[in-house]
Amino acid sequence: MRQLVIISGKGGTGKTVLTASLAAIARNKVMADCDVDAADLHLLLAPDIKQRDFFKSGKTAEVNKDICVNCGKCREVCRFDAINDDYVVDHVSCEGCGFCGLACPAGAIEMRENTTGEWFVSGTRMGPMVHAKLAVGEENSGKLVSLVRNKAKELAEKDGKDWVIIDGSPGIGCPVIASISGVNAALIVTEPTMSGLHDADRVVKVARHFNVPVRMVINKYDLNPEMAHDIEAYCRKNGIKISGKIGFDEKIVEAMVLGKTIMEYTENETTRTIKDIWRDLEDEIC
Amino acid sequence: MKICITSQGDNLESLVDPRFGRCRYFVIVDTDTGGVEAMDNMNRDGMGGVGIRSGQMMAEKGIKAVLTGNVGPNAYQTLSAAGIEVVTGVSGTVKEVIEKYKSGGYKTSPGPSVDSHFGTQGNSPV
Amino acid sequence: MMISVASGKGGTGKTTVSTGLALSLDSPVQLIDCDVEEPNAHIFIKPEVEEKKPVHVMFPEIDGSRCNFCGKCQEVCAYNAVAVIPGNEKAGGKTLVFPELCHGCGACMYFCPQSAIKEAYREIGFIERGTFGANEFIHGKLNIGEAMAPPLIRAVKKLSGEGTVIIDAPPGTTCPVITSLYGSDFCILVTEPTPFGLNDLVLAVELLREMGIPFGVVINRSDMGDANTAEYCKSEGIPVLMEIPFDRKIAMSYSKGTPIVEDFPGYKKDFRDMYGKIKVMATR
Repeated sequence: MRQLVIISGKGGTGKTVLTASLAAIARNKVMADCDVDAADLHLLLAPDIKQRDFFKSGKTAEVNKDICVNCGKCREVCRFDAINDDYVVDHVSCEGCGFCGLACPAGAIEMRENTTGEWFVSGTRMGPMVHAKLAVGEENSGKLVSLVRNKAKELAEKDGKDWVIIDGSPGIGCPVIASISGVNAALIVTEPTMSGLHDADRVVKVARHFNVPVRMVINKYDLNPEMAHDIEAYCRKNGIKISGKIGFDEKIVEAMVLGKTIMEYTENETTRTIKDIWRDLEDEIC
Repeated sequence: MKICITSQGDNLESLVDPRFGRCRYFVIVDTDTGGVEAMDNMNRDGMGGVGIRSGQMMAEKGIKAVLTGNVGPNAYQTLSAAGIEVVTGVSGTVKEVIEKYKSGGYKTSPGPSVDSHFGTQGNSPV
Repeated sequence: MMISVASGKGGTGKTTVSTGLALSLDSPVQLIDCDVEEPNAHIFIKPEVEEKKPVHVMFPEIDGSRCNFCGKCQEVCAYNAVAVIPGNEKAGGKTLVFPELCHGCGACMYFCPQSAIKEAYREIGFIERGTFGANEFIHGKLNIGEAMAPPLIRAVKKLSGEGTVIIDAPPGTTCPVITSLYGSDFCILVTEPTPFGLNDLVLAVELLREMGIPFGVVINRSDMGDANTAEYCKSEGIPVLMEIPFDRKIAMSYSKGTPIVEDFPGYKKDFRDMYGKIKVMATR
């Protein structure tokens, strides 16, 4: 059983579109959507939820105004400016450290557990999918990503699947780090722009920092073929294999509007390239 | 001496739990007296640093060796600092593990076997 | 006035809009790139960098000579960032600190009965400040391998002044975005009229409503996709401040790191008009 994550550094390069397209070709796999901040994979895979549960993580302080003696100790010790002068805790700023509750001489502060999201195990026309939704404005996305990863791996092992294919998120912070942990390879989707190359370089460094092998896909490469060549040169210089180059194709958006992956919509240069990419991944990743 | 085996159940026929920090039970065995105690793992739903907490608890209880499936980097650091022997890759029933340990069938692990958050499962089992 | 530019979905055109806006308004403007994980605005602005300084976060350091392994620090730590290993007949006690789990709340230091804990610092990234014309540019870059962006974002935002401030936010809807948007007088949400764009726009709108920040939408690549985004804005009473149709020439210009108003100066008027509308909406 092998695990592949699709990341990008920069947002909007086409991770989710590619992940869904690979889902349409790959056999015997479990899909995992680890972009829990702004999950989109379900828009193409139309999951039928079979199992769901709440995700609880972290705490928020609450001041009981009946017991509070207005001494201000909590406001004094809070390093996150989360308690205002009416002794109301701002849920967004509160980090749940509990310092205020421990320091309060009147015992007026309680720490309440946050329900910060929900996770799901679903069936799709392309096989099982594990996904999650972090409530807007919450933190601890890294932990929710780890949960999705673990459930997907467990499901794949239990059902004898060959692959876990993971849709990652943009950036390089904890959700990305959690989504690349322990995978066999990270496929980086980039675009032929200066921003794309700059950001891909950073995410390559993060993957290598955590000993994860990387491969590259250049998406929309014909929007600036010269820049695409620069990216190819960068890859050669850094020992990164390019799995494929996909041209800008309006049919991808046409298919998306209909809730389909391009693999189910048409047969053209793009679909052939994506099939080649999957063949490369199947043959080369160990 | 006291050793600890991470377990999915609370008795000798239970299977080893492959996780350390977030395992279901800690089964503590006194190899001198033969005494066996199964402890419910109250740490397992914690937010973070669960491996550290569980590791520290082993030290507090005077455990000399931990036998489990996997140990993450923070838990490994904590157990090593306490001078506790760490054995990973362990499977089978608790009873089988005790026998094998007593006959010297296990090697100590030189480091953590998995990355962080290996055991994160959410609030209910699959 | 602080105007932030956010999106929900990545790659919709936040940096295009934030840099375009900054280059269209009368100076002095402060452009602050808060996407510390993957900052891009500097590629387009090409600022004259004048200052670079490291940013640190706090973690506790144990004074071994004073620590008696009482375990109080471990008791008060909500994150298990400190573990006290009791001594035994073979070895003395040890107090272990795990800095990457520490949130810097300071409880351990406060409650230690032996005053054995003091603040230590580790670097998580750096801030660069510079100028472009008569304007100021600030951004932060998170070190590779660091998990948490918000402490660096807070340090970057501390440098914002009282004049016109434009914040380029990261994609998403969780803590790095919240930290970037906090204190804004208005937020521009940049989207694309596709199912992904709309899905994430709805999440971003929910966030802004919860934060109580007035907002409006810019639809980028406005002629590609479907009509659902425009419909959604209309039915929710969300003002569409600007539309940028798809143009391969704009994409090419962007790919080279050229700000949109440099190759397409006609957009300067659109950005200025948008700013005029924002000034009215922000003060209501």
